[in-house]
Amino acid sequence: MHELAITEEILRIAVEHAERAGAERITDINLVIGELSSVVDDSVQFYFDFASPGTVAEGAELHFQRVPVRLRCRQCGHEFEPDGTDWRCPTCQTMGGDVVTGRGFYLESIEVT
Amino acid sequence: MVKVKVVEQVTKANDQIASQNQALLDGSGTFAVNLMASPGAGKTSLLMRTVEVLRDRLRIGAIEGDTASQVDADRVATTGIPVVQINTGGGCRLDANMLRPALQELPLEELDLLLIENVGNLVCPAGLALGQHADVVIASVPEGDDKPYKYPGIFVAVDAIVINKIDLLPYLEFDVRAFRELVGGMNPEAQIFEVSCETDEGIEEWAGWLASQCGRDS
Repeated sequence: MHELAITEEILRIAVEHAERAGAERITDINLVIGELSSVVDDSVQFYFDFASPGTVAEGAELHFQRVPVRLRCRQCGHEFEPDGTDWRCPTCQTMGGDVVTGRGFYLESIEVT
Repeated sequence: MVKVKVVEQVTKANDQIASQNQALLDGSGTFAVNLMASPGAGKTSLLMRTVEVLRDRLRIGAIEGDTASQVDADRVATTGIPVVQINTGGGCRLDANMLRPALQELPLEELDLLLIENVGNLVCPAGLALGQHADVVIASVPEGDDKPYKYPGIFVAVDAIVINKIDLLPYLEFDVRAFRELVGGMNPEAQIFEVSCETDEGIEEWAGWLASQCGRDS
Protein backbone atom coordinates (compact mmCIF):
# COMPACT_ATOMS: atom_id res chain seq x y z
CA MET A 1 0.00 0.00 0.00
CA HIS A 2 2.96 2.37 -0.33
CA GLU A 3 2.57 2.42 -4.12
CA LEU A 4 1.01 5.91 -4.21
CA ALA A 5 4.07 7.48 -2.58
CA ILE A 6 6.32 5.49 -4.88
CA THR A 7 4.35 6.58 -7.94
CA GLU A 8 4.59 10.25 -6.98
CA GLU A 9 8.34 9.83 -6.67
CA ILE A 10 8.61 8.10 -10.08
CA LEU A 11 6.63 10.97 -11.62
CA ARG A 12 8.80 13.59 -9.93
CA ILE A 13 12.07 11.98 -11.08
CA ALA A 14 10.79 11.40 -14.64
CA VAL A 15 9.53 14.99 -15.06
CA GLU A 16 12.75 16.42 -13.64
CA HIS A 17 14.87 14.49 -16.16
CA ALA A 18 12.53 15.27 -19.07
CA GLU A 19 12.70 18.99 -18.33
CA ARG A 20 16.46 18.83 -18.04
CA ALA A 21 16.57 17.16 -21.49
CA GLY A 22 14.23 19.83 -22.92
CA ALA A 23 11.66 17.17 -23.85
CA GLU A 24 8.04 17.94 -24.69
CA ARG A 25 6.54 14.65 -23.70
CA ILE A 26 7.48 11.43 -21.91
CA THR A 27 6.15 8.39 -23.77
CA ASP A 28 7.72 5.58 -21.73
CA ILE A 29 9.23 5.12 -18.29
CA ASN A 30 11.49 2.12 -17.70
CA LEU A 31 11.73 0.82 -14.15
CA VAL A 32 13.89 -1.94 -12.72
CA ILE A 33 12.52 -3.73 -9.65
CA GLY A 34 14.39 -6.31 -7.60
CA GLU A 35 12.15 -9.15 -6.44
CA LEU A 36 13.12 -8.40 -2.83
CA SER A 37 11.47 -4.97 -3.21
CA SER A 38 7.80 -4.91 -2.37
CA VAL A 39 6.09 -3.19 -5.28
CA VAL A 40 2.93 -4.13 -7.16
CA ASP A 41 3.28 -3.16 -10.84
CA ASP A 42 -0.42 -2.80 -11.60
CA SER A 43 -0.99 -0.48 -8.65
CA VAL A 44 1.83 1.80 -9.73
CA GLN A 45 0.43 2.14 -13.26
CA PHE A 46 -3.04 2.69 -11.79
CA TYR A 47 -1.87 5.54 -9.55
CA PHE A 48 0.31 6.92 -12.33
CA ASP A 49 -2.70 7.37 -14.59
CA PHE A 50 -4.29 9.50 -11.86
CA ALA A 51 -1.21 11.49 -10.92
CA SER A 52 0.31 12.27 -14.33
CA PRO A 53 -2.38 14.32 -16.18
CA GLY A 54 -1.30 17.92 -16.65
CA THR A 55 2.40 16.97 -16.59
CA VAL A 56 4.79 16.13 -19.45
CA ALA A 57 4.41 12.50 -18.39
CA GLU A 58 0.67 12.36 -19.08
CA GLY A 59 -0.17 9.15 -20.93
CA ALA A 60 3.28 7.65 -20.47
CA GLU A 61 3.51 3.90 -20.26
CA LEU A 62 5.39 2.29 -17.41
CA HIS A 63 7.57 -0.74 -18.11
CA PHE A 64 8.71 -2.95 -15.27
CA GLN A 65 11.78 -5.09 -15.57
CA ARG A 66 11.72 -7.58 -12.72
CA VAL A 67 15.10 -8.76 -11.50
CA PRO A 68 14.95 -12.16 -9.82
CA VAL A 69 16.71 -12.92 -6.54
CA ARG A 70 20.06 -14.49 -7.31
CA LEU A 71 22.31 -15.88 -4.62
CA ARG A 72 25.98 -16.81 -4.57
CA CYS A 73 26.71 -19.83 -2.41
CA ARG A 74 29.20 -18.98 0.34
CA GLN A 75 30.54 -22.52 0.31
CA CYS A 76 31.16 -23.28 -3.37
CA GLY A 77 30.51 -19.96 -5.14
CA HIS A 78 27.77 -21.37 -7.34
CA GLU A 79 25.10 -18.79 -8.35
CA PHE A 80 21.46 -19.83 -8.23
CA GLU A 81 17.92 -18.51 -7.94
CA PRO A 82 16.06 -19.64 -4.80
CA ASP A 83 12.68 -21.14 -5.54
CA GLY A 84 9.92 -20.91 -2.92
CA THR A 85 11.07 -22.86 0.12
CA ASP A 86 14.18 -24.10 -1.66
CA TRP A 87 16.98 -21.77 -0.59
CA ARG A 88 19.69 -24.43 -0.74
CA CYS A 89 22.56 -24.33 -3.21
CA PRO A 90 21.72 -26.98 -5.83
CA THR A 91 25.40 -27.92 -6.07
CA CYS A 92 26.51 -28.36 -2.45
CA GLN A 93 23.21 -28.08 -0.47
CA THR A 94 24.45 -25.18 1.70
CA MET A 95 21.55 -22.99 2.90
CA GLY A 96 21.22 -19.49 1.44
CA GLY A 97 23.97 -17.29 0.05
CA ASP A 98 24.92 -13.69 -0.62
CA VAL A 99 22.35 -11.69 -2.55
CA VAL A 100 23.85 -10.90 -5.97
CA THR A 101 20.74 -9.41 -7.60
CA GLY A 102 17.18 -8.77 -6.51
CA ARG A 103 17.55 -5.74 -4.27
CA GLY A 104 16.77 -2.17 -5.24
CA PHE A 105 14.16 -0.34 -7.23
CA TYR A 106 15.23 2.35 -9.66
CA LEU A 107 14.11 4.40 -12.62
CA GLU A 108 16.42 3.22 -15.41
CA SER A 109 15.44 5.56 -18.27
CA ILE A 110 12.69 7.55 -19.90
CA GLU A 111 11.77 7.82 -23.55
CA VAL A 112 10.84 11.32 -24.69
CA THR A 113 9.83 13.28 -27.75
CA MET B 1 12.00 9.30 -29.80
CA VAL B 2 14.99 9.84 -27.54
CA LYS B 3 16.02 7.65 -24.65
CA VAL B 4 17.21 9.56 -21.58
CA LYS B 5 19.28 7.55 -19.12
CA VAL B 6 18.19 8.23 -15.54
CA VAL B 7 19.29 5.44 -13.15
CA GLU B 8 17.94 7.01 -9.97
CA GLN B 9 16.70 5.08 -6.95
CA VAL B 10 12.96 5.59 -6.53
CA THR B 11 13.53 6.05 -2.79
CA LYS B 12 16.06 8.85 -3.38
CA ALA B 13 14.00 11.67 -1.81
CA ASN B 14 13.26 9.49 1.23
CA ASP B 15 16.91 8.48 1.50
CA GLN B 16 18.05 12.11 1.52
CA ILE B 17 15.73 12.93 4.41
CA ALA B 18 16.87 9.73 6.15
CA SER B 19 20.48 10.97 5.92
CA GLN B 20 19.44 14.26 7.53
CA ASN B 21 17.61 12.36 10.28
CA GLN B 22 20.67 10.24 10.90
CA ALA B 23 22.92 13.31 11.01
CA LEU B 24 20.59 14.79 13.64
CA LEU B 25 20.78 11.58 15.68
CA ASP B 26 24.55 11.40 15.29
CA GLY B 27 24.79 14.99 16.46
CA SER B 28 23.06 14.16 19.73
CA GLY B 29 24.83 10.80 20.12
CA THR B 30 21.56 8.88 19.88
CA PHE B 31 21.62 5.33 18.48
CA ALA B 32 18.35 4.58 16.64
CA VAL B 33 16.92 1.11 16.11
CA ASN B 34 14.09 0.29 13.71
CA LEU B 35 11.94 -2.52 15.14
CA MET B 36 9.89 -4.34 12.51
CA ALA B 37 7.48 -7.28 12.76
CA SER B 38 4.04 -8.45 11.77
CA PRO B 39 1.08 -7.24 13.89
CA GLY B 40 0.96 -9.09 17.18
CA ALA B 41 4.54 -10.37 17.17
CA GLY B 42 5.25 -8.47 20.38
CA LYS B 43 7.01 -5.29 19.25
CA THR B 44 5.56 -3.13 22.00
CA SER B 45 6.03 -5.80 24.68
CA LEU B 46 9.66 -6.31 23.70
CA LEU B 47 10.23 -2.56 23.57
CA MET B 48 8.82 -2.16 27.09
CA ARG B 49 10.82 -5.06 28.53
CA THR B 50 13.93 -3.63 26.87
CA VAL B 51 13.31 -0.25 28.47
CA GLU B 52 12.84 -1.83 31.90
CA VAL B 53 16.09 -3.80 31.61
CA LEU B 54 18.24 -1.03 30.13
CA ARG B 55 16.89 2.11 31.79
CA ASP B 56 19.63 2.13 34.45
CA ARG B 57 22.33 1.92 31.79
CA LEU B 58 20.88 4.05 28.99
CA ARG B 59 18.60 7.01 28.48
CA ILE B 60 15.91 5.71 26.14
CA GLY B 61 13.18 7.26 24.01
CA ALA B 62 10.63 5.71 21.68
CA ILE B 63 8.66 6.42 18.53
CA GLU B 64 5.51 4.39 17.98
CA GLY B 65 4.32 3.90 14.40
CA ASP B 66 0.77 2.73 13.78
CA THR B 67 -1.84 3.26 11.12
CA ALA B 68 -4.16 4.71 13.78
CA SER B 69 -4.60 5.29 17.53
CA GLN B 70 -2.46 6.35 20.48
CA VAL B 71 -2.73 2.96 22.22
CA ASP B 72 0.93 1.95 21.94
CA ALA B 73 2.33 5.35 22.92
CA ASP B 74 0.07 5.36 25.99
CA ARG B 75 1.35 1.89 26.95
CA VAL B 76 4.99 2.85 26.49
CA ALA B 77 4.47 6.15 28.35
CA THR B 78 3.71 4.14 31.50
CA THR B 79 7.44 3.31 31.64
CA GLY B 80 8.13 7.02 32.01
CA ILE B 81 10.32 7.42 28.93
CA PRO B 82 9.68 10.12 26.28
CA VAL B 83 7.54 8.69 23.51
CA VAL B 84 5.99 10.10 20.34
CA GLN B 85 3.19 8.43 18.40
CA ILE B 86 3.14 8.63 14.60
CA ASN B 87 -0.14 7.75 12.90
CA THR B 88 0.40 6.96 9.24
CA GLY B 89 -3.31 7.35 8.43
CA GLY B 90 -3.52 3.92 6.84
CA GLY B 91 0.01 3.99 5.46
CA CYS B 92 1.75 0.63 5.64
CA ARG B 93 5.13 1.80 6.94
CA LEU B 94 7.03 4.67 8.46
CA ASP B 95 9.20 6.72 6.13
CA ALA B 96 11.94 9.26 6.74
CA ASN B 97 9.65 12.23 6.23
CA MET B 98 7.25 11.00 8.94
CA LEU B 99 10.13 10.48 11.33
CA ARG B 100 11.52 14.00 10.94
CA PRO B 101 8.87 15.92 12.95
CA ALA B 102 8.78 13.14 15.55
CA LEU B 103 12.52 13.57 16.11
CA GLN B 104 11.94 17.28 16.71
CA GLU B 105 9.50 16.45 19.49
CA LEU B 106 11.96 14.28 21.39
CA PRO B 107 14.73 15.55 23.70
CA LEU B 108 17.41 13.86 21.55
CA GLU B 109 20.29 15.50 23.45
CA GLU B 110 19.16 13.54 26.49
CA LEU B 111 18.79 10.18 24.71
CA ASP B 112 21.36 7.42 24.15
CA LEU B 113 18.96 5.01 22.48
CA LEU B 114 15.88 5.59 20.36
CA LEU B 115 13.60 2.61 19.75
CA ILE B 116 11.42 3.10 16.67
CA GLU B 117 8.48 0.73 16.47
CA ASN B 118 7.46 0.50 12.82
CA VAL B 119 3.96 -0.28 11.54
CA GLY B 120 3.11 -3.99 11.92
CA ASN B 121 4.01 -5.37 8.51
CA LEU B 122 6.67 -7.77 7.20
CA VAL B 123 6.65 -6.46 3.63
CA CYS B 124 6.63 -2.69 3.23
CA PRO B 125 9.04 -1.44 5.94
CA ALA B 126 11.85 -3.71 4.69
CA GLY B 127 14.97 -1.91 3.56
CA LEU B 128 13.52 1.62 3.77
CA ALA B 129 15.88 4.11 5.39
CA LEU B 130 14.45 6.29 8.17
CA GLY B 131 17.72 7.48 9.68
CA GLN B 132 18.17 4.43 11.89
CA HIS B 133 21.51 2.84 12.73
CA ALA B 134 20.23 -0.71 13.05
CA ASP B 135 17.32 -2.79 11.78
CA VAL B 136 15.70 -5.56 13.77
CA VAL B 137 12.91 -7.96 12.83
CA ILE B 138 10.90 -9.78 15.48
CA ALA B 139 9.47 -13.17 14.53
CA SER B 140 7.17 -14.78 17.08
CA VAL B 141 6.66 -18.48 17.68
CA PRO B 142 2.89 -18.54 16.90
CA GLU B 143 3.59 -17.15 13.40
CA GLY B 144 5.45 -20.30 12.44
CA ASP B 145 9.02 -20.96 11.36
CA ASP B 146 8.38 -20.48 7.63
CA LYS B 147 8.09 -16.68 7.62
CA PRO B 148 11.59 -16.08 6.18
CA TYR B 149 10.59 -17.99 3.04
CA LYS B 150 7.54 -15.82 2.59
CA TYR B 151 9.14 -12.47 3.46
CA PRO B 152 12.80 -12.81 2.46
CA GLY B 153 13.08 -9.06 1.76
CA ILE B 154 12.97 -8.20 5.45
CA PHE B 155 15.09 -11.08 6.75
CA VAL B 156 18.01 -10.34 4.41
CA ALA B 157 18.02 -6.65 5.37
CA VAL B 158 18.33 -6.68 9.18
CA ASP B 159 21.13 -6.60 11.74
CA ALA B 160 19.31 -8.77 14.26
CA ILE B 161 16.44 -11.24 14.36
CA VAL B 162 14.52 -11.76 17.60
CA ILE B 163 12.45 -14.92 18.04
CA ASN B 164 9.81 -13.82 20.55
CA LYS B 165 7.33 -15.82 22.68
CA ILE B 166 9.67 -18.81 23.11
CA ASP B 167 7.70 -19.73 26.25
CA LEU B 168 5.13 -21.09 23.76
CA LEU B 169 7.57 -23.50 22.09
CA PRO B 170 6.27 -26.55 24.05
CA TYR B 171 2.76 -25.95 22.72
CA LEU B 172 3.34 -24.99 19.10
CA GLU B 173 5.20 -26.35 16.12
CA PHE B 174 8.17 -24.08 15.56
CA ASP B 175 11.46 -25.65 14.57
CA VAL B 176 14.05 -23.25 16.03
CA ARG B 177 16.95 -25.15 14.46
CA ALA B 178 15.40 -25.04 10.96
CA PHE B 179 14.56 -21.34 11.43
CA ARG B 180 18.10 -20.56 12.52
CA GLU B 181 19.59 -22.51 9.63
CA LEU B 182 17.35 -20.71 7.12
CA VAL B 183 17.91 -17.15 8.34
CA GLY B 184 21.58 -17.94 8.95
CA GLY B 185 21.83 -18.83 5.25
CA MET B 186 19.89 -15.78 4.14
CA ASN B 187 21.73 -13.35 6.38
CA PRO B 188 24.77 -14.80 8.18
CA GLU B 189 25.74 -11.46 9.76
CA ALA B 190 22.43 -11.11 11.61
CA GLN B 191 22.46 -11.76 15.35
CA ILE B 192 19.69 -14.13 16.45
CA PHE B 193 18.07 -13.89 19.88
CA GLU B 194 15.47 -16.19 21.43
CA VAL B 195 13.38 -14.31 23.98
CA SER B 196 10.18 -14.36 26.00
CA CYS B 197 8.67 -11.18 27.38
CA GLU B 198 6.59 -13.36 29.74
CA THR B 199 9.41 -15.32 31.41
CA ASP B 200 12.23 -12.85 30.59
CA GLU B 201 14.30 -15.65 29.08
CA GLY B 202 16.88 -14.22 26.66
CA ILE B 203 15.93 -10.60 27.37
CA GLU B 204 19.22 -9.80 29.08
CA GLU B 205 21.22 -11.15 26.14
CA TRP B 206 19.19 -9.12 23.64
CA ALA B 207 19.38 -5.98 25.77
CA GLY B 208 23.13 -6.48 26.20
CA TRP B 209 23.57 -6.60 22.44
CA LEU B 210 21.55 -3.38 22.05
CA ALA B 211 23.64 -1.66 24.72
CA SER B 212 26.83 -2.80 23.00
CA GLN B 213 25.55 -1.31 19.74
CA CYS B 214 25.15 2.01 21.57
CA GLY B 215 28.70 1.66 22.84
CA ARG B 216 27.47 1.28 26.43
CA ASP B 217 27.94 -2.40 27.21
CA SER B 218 29.22 -1.90 30.75
